[in-house]
Amino acid sequence: MKLTLNVWRQPASQAPGKLETYTLDGVSADMSFLEMFDLLNEQLTTEGKVPVAFAHDCREGICGSCSMMINGQAHGPWAGAATCQLHMRAFKDGDIITVEPWRASAFPIVKDLVVNRGSFDRIIQAGGYVSVNTGGARDANSILIGKDTVEEAMDAAACIGCGACVAACPNASASLFTGAKITHLGMLPQGQPERDTRALAMVEQMDIEGFGHCTLVGECQEACPKEISIDVIKKMNRDYLVASAKRQEPKAASAS
Amino acid sequence: MLDLNAKIPSGPLQEKWDQHRFSMKLVNPANKRRHSVIVVGAGLAGASAAATMSELGYKVSCFVYHDTPRRAHSIAAQGGINAAKNYQNDGDSIRRLFYDTIKGGDFRAREANVYRLAQLSVNIIDQCVAQGVPFAREYGGLLANRSFGGAQVSRTFYARGQTGQQLLLGAYSALERQVSLKGVEMHTFEEMLDVVVVDGHARGIVTRNLLTGKITSHAADAVVLATGGYGNVFYLSTNAMLSNTTATWRAYKKGAAFANPCYTQIHPTCIPVSGDHQSKLTLMSESLRNDGRVWVPIKRGDNREPSAIPEAERDYFLERKYPSFGNLAPRDISSRAAKEACDDGRGVGPGGLGVYLDFADAIKRLGKNTIAERYGNLFDMYQRITDENPYERPMRIYPAVHYTMGGLWVDYNLMSSIPGLHVAGEANFSDHGANRLGASALMQGLADGYFVLPYTIGDYIAGTKLAKVDNTHAEFKAAEESVRAQTKRFLDIKGKRSVDSFHKELGKIMWEYCGMARTKEGLTKALELIPALKAEFWSNLNVPGSGDNLNQALENAGRVADFIELGELMCRDALAREESCGGHFRVEYQDAGEAKRNDDDFAYVAAWEFAGEGNAPILNKEPLVYENVHLSTRSYK
Repeated sequence: MKLTLNVWRQPASQAPGKLETYTLDGVSADMSFLEMFDLLNEQLTTEGKVPVAFAHDCREGICGSCSMMINGQAHGPWAGAATCQLHMRAFKDGDIITVEPWRASAFPIVKDLVVNRGSFDRIIQAGGYVSVNTGGARDANSILIGKDTVEEAMDAAACIGCGACVAACPNASASLFTGAKITHLGMLPQGQPERDTRALAMVEQMDIEGFGHCTLVGECQEACPKEISIDVIKKMNRDYLVASAKRQEPKAASAS
Repeated sequence: MLDLNAKIPSGPLQEKWDQHRFSMKLVNPANKRRHSVIVVGAGLAGASAAATMSELGYKVSCFVYHDTPRRAHSIAAQGGINAAKNYQNDGDSIRRLFYDTIKGGDFRAREANVYRLAQLSVNIIDQCVAQGVPFAREYGGLLANRSFGGAQVSRTFYARGQTGQQLLLGAYSALERQVSLKGVEMHTFEEMLDVVVVDGHARGIVTRNLLTGKITSHAADAVVLATGGYGNVFYLSTNAMLSNTTATWRAYKKGAAFANPCYTQIHPTCIPVSGDHQSKLTLMSESLRNDGRVWVPIKRGDNREPSAIPEAERDYFLERKYPSFGNLAPRDISSRAAKEACDDGRGVGPGGLGVYLDFADAIKRLGKNTIAERYGNLFDMYQRITDENPYERPMRIYPAVHYTMGGLWVDYNLMSSIPGLHVAGEANFSDHGANRLGASALMQGLADGYFVLPYTIGDYIAGTKLAKVDNTHAEFKAAEESVRAQTKRFLDIKGKRSVDSFHKELGKIMWEYCGMARTKEGLTKALELIPALKAEFWSNLNVPGSGDNLNQALENAGRVADFIELGELMCRDALAREESCGGHFRVEYQDAGEAKRNDDDFAYVAAWEFAGEGNAPILNKEPLVYENVHLSTRSYK
């Protein structure tokens, strides 16, 4: 099939960017969206132009690298799929496709379609872990966890950190990402000792990074390639409120 | 010739690691913060090593070319991780895991390393659970297990089809915790392009910042390479697109021996290639073979719909040929059997390069819900890629390049032939022999990172007198200069062909002549084709753009340049190894289709030594000594 592509080109972080239009022929329905970009880049290289920079790696939907707004949708039209899993059979001959990078001030553009998602790492650094050093862990079966509980934790833990939730959110909120980690660890016995401090620190780090607030629009859950439920945000809010209330108690006591 | 002393501790197999741990020197806790370690790569091996060494008190710097350590390709491992816990009471033990791994590797791995791996497997599961890894559980709350290719016990722990992801996120969270505690300095978007050797010791690395093009160097007391495998030499593989050999290859050129480069694992259950546009191959987890039955039509060229082919006209070839292991035969055996069926004209799907993996019986026996619960995400993935519904129609699978058992040579301490340069995970050669069993790569990456390197690097640091060296030393400046010069050279060629076109051509040569089956004739031919390709690469390459910002074509040019040289070494190694073992199948050496090993002449590790540009590399041999297992013909019948 033959396609017209409007692609965001921005040579560097601080440089101005704009949409450039390319036509591409010989696209097969079996190609992934990224393979279609490989073809475009081969064509641009042959024409002596600079190829489009885009983030990609595993190309099987798990590394979370790929990140494209396709016709205004994060990862394109297929539900529960990263851009690398989107195949060209989702499109038809003659289509015009607009491709842009994730847009959020907490994800500065690096070049073309590549953004820097280091802010996600800093949210995890704020408390997205169990504080346990290597060595000396007790036998794994001494911690009993119900099958349903672990399945629910796994649903949340499946987050690939791609940032589609942020890109899809009108407020550029990172609540789905943060809520997923808080839910994963909050469901498990191992995560209990730090549950309050984790919720407080991670939520506060989201603000520091410049992500917007969640207004429960729900676009994040629609865009998520791992179909993580917006329920994780409910859990995050609950943990944050409980932890905030506990934090304020001593203050109230000293005031009285 | 190199001194290939493997430094295997003496004493009984079961006590080697304990004795060694006792005999290793310790670094005083107060002194650890004075010592610095560089870790390149942050997958299972790198992240776990960096986090653990930081916990111990060392100053750690960790480098990744990704935007975050969580993107490392360990994330893509699906099926599981082995551990000799014997929770299922089905006869498992450390000794049995050790034996299965040695046998699975076709008796081409080191006994002592593999035994240690089996011992540590038990601690890995405990550590990961403590971190909050959500392994699958039984209703009573205990951990669940399943079986994997090459084993008759259920010892594989899993988190749906995303085990690698969950284990990596566990190690990543430990690493990020250390970053927040300022024990690890994380360098993202930095690609290592050279190792710096001062007075015979590895003392640092040179990196290029992928965003700015800036080339800098970094000094330390020890360097760890945990940079993964080199399967992308074949272009099409299950590896992530950015996985490459550059770190290991540049270390080889600085004096680190490259061991057994020809050992490539071909995984039997990948989605077949759909066309020339294909950039990578997608694996279907081996765990599918617990319930899926592999078959082809008995009749050649039978292109009826699978449902129209009656039972009597199907050949369940794995069950027929290997009745005791059946569909769970190891990867090399299963891959070769599939290739044989397709070579015989009985393959299915476009081009006849595919066999069926059929769940109809399992769905009938267990119900669709149970199958969906076990493998749902894999079935969805398959449908997305092929547009076929595997609940209704058997999957089509074909073997594909998956894992490389070769890598930099290391001793028992995981130190390469350059003192101070340690190598972990898939980047080293040590534990899998000529074939890797399922669910053993995750085990090795984490064992190396959590439980081996933190000890052995301490021993190296405590036992070595290291002069004060920083990155103003002449060796650093020289290494930086050569990296700058190479970058400039790529940009200056201004030829006509893209980097990708060279990579694809190399991949075709490698798959054709150094793939699932190798012959003397084919390898000799490849050894003519590759140098010619190399010459064309250096005269007709086109790298658009500049070197001072993000330039993915430029990054790739360096990696493909290294792949071309590595490809040549792989063919050389495959040619020299006149036997068949594990993933290395030399057509001339077989016994009715089964690999025919030659222990008298080839029970050694082939460790290749760089002898300068334009000179043939030198083959060093480390004999493999088996004191605890009997070198027997591998049988899965």
